[in-house]
Amino acid sequence: MSASVTTPAPTNRAPANLARWYDLDEHDHPEGGSTMLGFWIYLMSDCLIFAMLFAAFGVLGGNYAAGPGPRDLFDLPLVALNTSMLLFSSITYGFAMLAMQRGHVRGVQGWLVVTALFGAAFLSIEFYEFAHLIHEGATPQRSAFLSAFFTLVGTHGLHVTFGLIWLGVLLVQVGKRGLVAANQRRLMCLSLFWHFLDVIWIGVFTFVYLLGVLR
Amino acid sequence: MSAAHDSHASGEDHGSLRGYVIGFLLSVVLTAIPFALVMTGAVADKGLTGMLVVGAAVVQIVVHMIFFLHMNTKSEGGWNMLALLFTIVLIVIVLSGSLWVMHHLNANMMPMSHEMSEMP
Repeated sequence: MSASVTTPAPTNRAPANLARWYDLDEHDHPEGGSTMLGFWIYLMSDCLIFAMLFAAFGVLGGNYAAGPGPRDLFDLPLVALNTSMLLFSSITYGFAMLAMQRGHVRGVQGWLVVTALFGAAFLSIEFYEFAHLIHEGATPQRSAFLSAFFTLVGTHGLHVTFGLIWLGVLLVQVGKRGLVAANQRRLMCLSLFWHFLDVIWIGVFTFVYLLGVLR
Repeated sequence: MSAAHDSHASGEDHGSLRGYVIGFLLSVVLTAIPFALVMTGAVADKGLTGMLVVGAAVVQIVVHMIFFLHMNTKSEGGWNMLALLFTIVLIVIVLSGSLWVMHHLNANMMPMSHEMSEMP
């Protein structure tokens, strides 16, 4: 009963060896099964945006146009405080994830609120710093260095802002529906996003603030 | 892996309390060292200070990747790591290429050498 080479293949049946290359079995994929990989790839593309902004800052960071430089402008104790806020928010988000693993709704909500407070503190300090700089006349229009600075640090701050909005939305979601699979997936995506922003901030405080003051 | 996580791909590490605490403590140390170096000026040589600061940042990024972002070679069948490596290659090309080309442009095109020589 084996198919011989000389008989023409029936048009409605694929040759058996096609299964080696094509997925002929149309099985169901679990809902959200590819979300984490997809979100990771989004983060990597976001990483490229920051790479461009870092490159722009690296090129323009020394062009002060006879205006103020990093040494005149940056207040390192304030930056250290800001950095610690973001670092604390990272570990508290980690605690929220651990509470999620145990299925502990109250724990997740509590740690998310603490994370949001640290995030809000970070943003407040950053707004204060920006307002202070602009008040001193160090506006984005002043020099290429300041344009690059405000674009890079501002883009990071914008990401943190959206992370905070997302965090608020998830607090409502978890409050309404509890830790269902979809909410767990969302919390894990925000976890990646939040820790990713902390990684970007390492680059910011190193290359913009610390190396800037060293210049 | 607990029953609550059956829907996720195998090989994914969701972290433990121990992992988060280790990552946090390492991050605190790796943040405190560069800030202390720059703020106190403990190392007189600026070039050496800069290298130490950048070195601490690189180590801290790896610490965050492992302990907070739970990167490993197995998650999502290795695709996470592949995407990360590809991104790192692109970032290296973008950063080194931009800095290299623009440094040469600055060095070759600008006649105001006394001002430009202060630039890194």
